[in-house]
Amino acid sequence: MKIVVPVKRVVDYNIKPRVKADGSGVETAGVKMSMNPFDEIAVEEAIRLKEKGVATEVVVVSIGVQQAQDTLRTAMAMGADRAILVLSEESPEPLAVAKVLKAIVAKEEPGLVILGKQAIDDDMNATGQMLAGLLGWGQGTFAGKVDVADGSVRVSREIDGGTEEVSLTLPAIITADLRLNEPRYASLPNIMKARKKPLETLNAADLGVDMTRRLTVVSVAEPPQRQAGVKVGSVSELVEKLRNEAKVI
Amino acid sequence: MTALVLLDHEDGRIRQAALSAVTAAAKLGDVHVLVAGDDAVAQEAARIAGVSKVLHAADARYAHELAEPLAALIVSLAGGYDHIVAAAGAVGKNVLPRAAALLDVQPIPDVISIVDGDTFVRPIYAGNALATVKSSDTKKVLTVRGSAFDAAAAEGGSAPVETVAPVDSPAVSKFEAVHLSESERPELESARVVVSGGRGLQSEEKFHILDPLADKLGAAIGASRAAVDSGFVPNDYQVGQTGKIVAPDLYLAFGISGAIQHLAGMKDSRVIVAVNKDPEAPIFQVADYGIVGDLFEIVPQLTEELK
Amino acid sequence: MSETVRESMEFDVVIVGGGPAGLAAAIRLRQLSPETSVCLIEKGSEIGAHIVSGAVIEPRALAELLPDWKERGAPLNTAVTAEEMLYLTETGSVRVPFLDKLMPHMANHGNYIVSLGEVCRWLATQAEELGVEIYPGFAGAEVLIENNRVAGVATGDMGITREGEHGPNYQPGMELRGRYTLFAEGCRGSLTKQVMAHYDLRKGVDPQTYGLGIKEVWEIPAEKHRPGLVQHSFGWPLDDQTYGGAWLYHFGENLVSYGFVVGLDYPNTWLSPFEEMQRLKLHPAFRKHLEGGRRVSYGARALSEGGLQAVPRLTFPGGALIGDSAGFLNVPKIKGTHTAMKSGMLAAEAVVEALASNRPEPASFTQRVKDSWLWEELRTARNIRPAFARFGMKKGAIYAGIDAMLLKGRAPWTLHFKHQDNEVLKPASLCEKPAYPKPDGQLTFDRLSSVFLSATNHEEDQPVHLRVKNLSLWKTVNWDVFRAPESRYCPAGVYEVVDEATDPRLQINAQNCVHCKTCDIKDPAQNIDWAVPEGGGGPNYPAGM
Repeated sequence: MKIVVPVKRVVDYNIKPRVKADGSGVETAGVKMSMNPFDEIAVEEAIRLKEKGVATEVVVVSIGVQQAQDTLRTAMAMGADRAILVLSEESPEPLAVAKVLKAIVAKEEPGLVILGKQAIDDDMNATGQMLAGLLGWGQGTFAGKVDVADGSVRVSREIDGGTEEVSLTLPAIITADLRLNEPRYASLPNIMKARKKPLETLNAADLGVDMTRRLTVVSVAEPPQRQAGVKVGSVSELVEKLRNEAKVI
Repeated sequence: MTALVLLDHEDGRIRQAALSAVTAAAKLGDVHVLVAGDDAVAQEAARIAGVSKVLHAADARYAHELAEPLAALIVSLAGGYDHIVAAAGAVGKNVLPRAAALLDVQPIPDVISIVDGDTFVRPIYAGNALATVKSSDTKKVLTVRGSAFDAAAAEGGSAPVETVAPVDSPAVSKFEAVHLSESERPELESARVVVSGGRGLQSEEKFHILDPLADKLGAAIGASRAAVDSGFVPNDYQVGQTGKIVAPDLYLAFGISGAIQHLAGMKDSRVIVAVNKDPEAPIFQVADYGIVGDLFEIVPQLTEELK
Repeated sequence: MSETVRESMEFDVVIVGGGPAGLAAAIRLRQLSPETSVCLIEKGSEIGAHIVSGAVIEPRALAELLPDWKERGAPLNTAVTAEEMLYLTETGSVRVPFLDKLMPHMANHGNYIVSLGEVCRWLATQAEELGVEIYPGFAGAEVLIENNRVAGVATGDMGITREGEHGPNYQPGMELRGRYTLFAEGCRGSLTKQVMAHYDLRKGVDPQTYGLGIKEVWEIPAEKHRPGLVQHSFGWPLDDQTYGGAWLYHFGENLVSYGFVVGLDYPNTWLSPFEEMQRLKLHPAFRKHLEGGRRVSYGARALSEGGLQAVPRLTFPGGALIGDSAGFLNVPKIKGTHTAMKSGMLAAEAVVEALASNRPEPASFTQRVKDSWLWEELRTARNIRPAFARFGMKKGAIYAGIDAMLLKGRAPWTLHFKHQDNEVLKPASLCEKPAYPKPDGQLTFDRLSSVFLSATNHEEDQPVHLRVKNLSLWKTVNWDVFRAPESRYCPAGVYEVVDEATDPRLQINAQNCVHCKTCDIKDPAQNIDWAVPEGGGGPNYPAGM
């Protein structure tokens, strides 16, 4: 079985995002970029399935600018076999990404597509679900555990207040949550070897996908600064305020 | 304009966040709600103030709110609605984007403010920035943050309940089991209340003074980096830049100075309470309510008063 | 040492460190000898992640390396347009007139204000285009010495737990073997330390002396921005015994680079370089530039101030030291980038020659340095810094003026440093405590919120990389005699004394470390050893830094 793992190049999670002074967006020029952490988890899961003998090939895909090839190389250094870069403008919307991935899936015919549950820049948490909808496949989102057996996959999903288990017929979509695994380091020898693994470049236009954005960003602002509240004189006063003013207990 | 709100429920009760979604939808026009579940839940939905119609999907295939059948149902009903709304919880986030794809629209998740029928505010970069976005789609599919909208009153409405017939969807998924957390302590990241301790707790043994309070409040226990580094609690209690990011309704910080690395992990809490013997501790700059005093006296007092 | 068998790879040249010296050497190697394989490793998560410098660059070396640097888009975008040297008193300032005559080293015409990190990222793309293999996120952790020859370096193991065990994601380091290895770790490099000790490279030269530079980048209102302005100051808040001064440069898109350097040969154990740096912002001559702006970045790094007299033997079997690992910074000019780059280029030339003739060490490097403008420049500057150390700030300034204007750097004598920086610290009982103001949260800030802006992160579960060799010495020396100077000189709040009143103990918050190396330099008993943590950790200085 082949597994396709889409990966996104995003602002590195260590970097504190800065809103541009003109409010047009978050500063990304010259900012360190890395693979979306949830996508790293997705790549790791795919590689573990290959190591278990469940999958035969792991193909990573990224949709974005030319530098996204660095992200693809990192995924190959973790163990992915081959990469596809679909060139487009920076950070396309999940709707467009899902359509591109649908075209890739038609070409590659994987048994599983494993995605990170959300990208830490736009926090959309939508691409996996949308791709599943377009393909008519089952979706196991927010996966904390994945077990593949005999044409189906059992997914333990994080839900409000606990976990839920579903089984999906293959082929299926899985989106990875934090607890699924801890991704391995890309070792230096593997990074060196990954430079020679195949990386194919395509254009979104060639795949016949309309990449037009449906959402326009009107403005971006920093969240309002928390203000200092009040100091209360006693525990009784605190409890009263929490009960009646804040209504939080 | 009319909005359709998918109401999610747990244990036979409609979730608080779903009631907030109703309030949000009310800003967009008339509100119809869709409930996938048994009769009791549908009746409960009918009593929500401000709801004009309840669509009840009673068929067994919808019982567990699986995305594949539910999204197909929503798509079949979407024709009459301008907005499809759900709370931004596990169900809404799982189901609505799939429906959006089938409707060929871009979903707008985690809305915290509605500017008008096309324009919404949502957090990006883990809430470090707020983006105001305008949708050009004729139908909008959105999920809303429960904490950003007051819950609609659970009583006062009397909407008609209409059963909707099931529609076909790919038979690709099967519900197997659900495991709801039974432990006394909720998970730190999803807890409604967090009781958190810092270096002021002084030792591993003394840190346990927070246990009865956390029990009383049904809270998770967290800690600052300083407390973890000092060995009072293990690392998975850490709230902060290098630990967990939490956004509970109530965060109580005991003996925590409020270094920015800690604030990064809890600044989105709805209400912050700080107890510290240093009146100049930075935590008081962000706390809604603060007490300057000895936490070893205050914590037992607080536990007592909450009885 | 790792017990698992390590993979190994051979190159012609291995370079440790992706700063200006390492990158210039890499580029020059491939220019001179396109078939020579060059591998460069860098402990920061990306090139530039650990680079912090003023910086005003003299493009001399860059123009020799890549004459068409402008067409290639080198980020030297803000030319120096105006200069001020101020002598500060607590409330006022005096401009030094006829700056280019009185302090010719300081003339900045033709120079550029840059973010050195961005320059390094640009140099890295030039290097990669020439076929240099660059691997950021990998730390050189061990020097491979075989038959008394440096055979290369090994990168550190990844995934070792705090207790020193192999964690679930353990990966052994890799051996990068080279016919020659160039150490370009910057000031007080951790592998450089080992090489210097092994080959006794410091024999017969002055002990190295250092400064600690602490920097912030601010974004200010457009109306106040004067791109190209270079302002330096000396005097307040430092006393006559303490070398140092501040810089303030306007550059880029409404950005201001503000920083402060303190000579680490300061004697007062109560001195806090961080707090001096913070309070100087309150001085009218500085606050006017920053008011209304917001702080966007923070960082710190030690720098080599010993100049010519402290340059060690540069070559050894299998390699050489370049850049500030050797110590080529020109102190009166306050510039080390062009000298670092030149040293890298000269080393590259020597290596190419040695490769062709199969020499054990690139020995011609030393002569090439001596024959170049690099040596001449350092010769001219050599007496300035030691004069300050010998005579104090006021008399040192007078001497400096004479040396520069009249003697033109050609004094027949050479002043020497006699002591290591850690040796001159005075006991707490003999020193006066400065009265530092509390941070106001507008212009001045505390350490933790500053470290936050450096985007510093280290993998949590790893051994503490700051090794106190003898813990009992901490109590008897650091605490009893000096009252824990590390809790003051560390600009990142790594060292904290807990339970001061009852049972003073040292707590090490290794996570905060910004890799400045000051503790390794200034610890009175040389009891703190800075070892390199897991690669990819440390600061993530952004564009603009």
